[in-house]
Amino acid sequence: MSKTNQGNNGLENWLLVGAVVCLALFPLVFVKGEFEGADSQAEEAVTAISPSYQPWVENLFKPASGEIESLLFAVQAGMGAGVIGYIIGYYKGKKS
Amino acid sequence: MSVRYYRRVVAVGGGVLVFFSLLLSPSVSYAMHISEGFLPVQWAVFWWLVTIPFLVAGYRALQKITKDQPEVKLLLALAAAFGFLLSALKIPSVTGSCSHPTGIGLGTILFGPSVMSIIGFLILVFQALLLAHGGLTTLGANAFAMAIAGPWTTYVIYKILKRTGKEKVAIFAAVAGGNLLTYLITSIQLAIAFPASGGGIMVSLAKFAGIFALTQIPLSISEGLLTVLVWNWINAYAAEDLEKLKPLSQNR
Repeated sequence: MSKTNQGNNGLENWLLVGAVVCLALFPLVFVKGEFEGADSQAEEAVTAISPSYQPWVENLFKPASGEIESLLFAVQAGMGAGVIGYIIGYYKGKKS
Repeated sequence: MSVRYYRRVVAVGGGVLVFFSLLLSPSVSYAMHISEGFLPVQWAVFWWLVTIPFLVAGYRALQKITKDQPEVKLLLALAAAFGFLLSALKIPSVTGSCSHPTGIGLGTILFGPSVMSIIGFLILVFQALLLAHGGLTTLGANAFAMAIAGPWTTYVIYKILKRTGKEKVAIFAAVAGGNLLTYLITSIQLAIAFPASGGGIMVSLAKFAGIFALTQIPLSISEGLLTVLVWNWINAYAAEDLEKLKPLSQNR
């Protein structure tokens, strides 16, 4: 499959990437939300249902700010993407 | 696989998105793992106890694969890296909030669900310790949802749909299904622990599922598409190692 229609696969891959980008952009354009994803939201839902509930532990370590948190998330994504690029590149180089 | 098929997928996906964005009020909701301390002690312990046997089985499966076929370690690293990457990507969703995919599906297709329990668990440990995302007490519950229920669902859907001969459709549907189920389980876990005073578990479930699972629908589609993308790369460049994996994943 892969060897005979590499060209087709290329187009298909671009379509896949395009679809993912569209899926991510769509809500930003058409939905007026705050896109916070703040931890407090699920916690609010719990407190709404059971007002007496008190969380009984705290995280051992909390990123000092939202900036630091996004740094750590970026590091995580960067490590993942780096390894994926290395491995696909390794296989591609080995094959050619 | 024709371009027409993808046009149809994009069209249907767009339709679903429009539907939900009209249906839902743009209220903000948080849709990821259960935060630290947000499960009562008895439920935190319960989910840890359920999860541990799967982790033991997963560790054995992982040892067996790396011992029997050390040459597939590179693909294992690829599957783990994919999980790391995707679970760090917070993507906006139709509910006006952000959530992230799990990235577990690719490895499940390659290595089977047991091995991915360990990798999913490690990702959750990383996020709980360094990112204050999820927590150690809720790790058992979060691991059950993301590293056990999710990959097993993916595995079963993949096995069934693979018989149709449409491999990529099977992968897409299996990965998207596993992703959705992960967050449905999270909703159920919260609903059982926090039944509404009027109406009980089902009312709570509707509330939590509204927060967790709906946000996840477009993300599960994205994860399915990205998994097919990486699958195409593996097929194009690493077909040899992929062949070596086939007898392994068939017995699992």
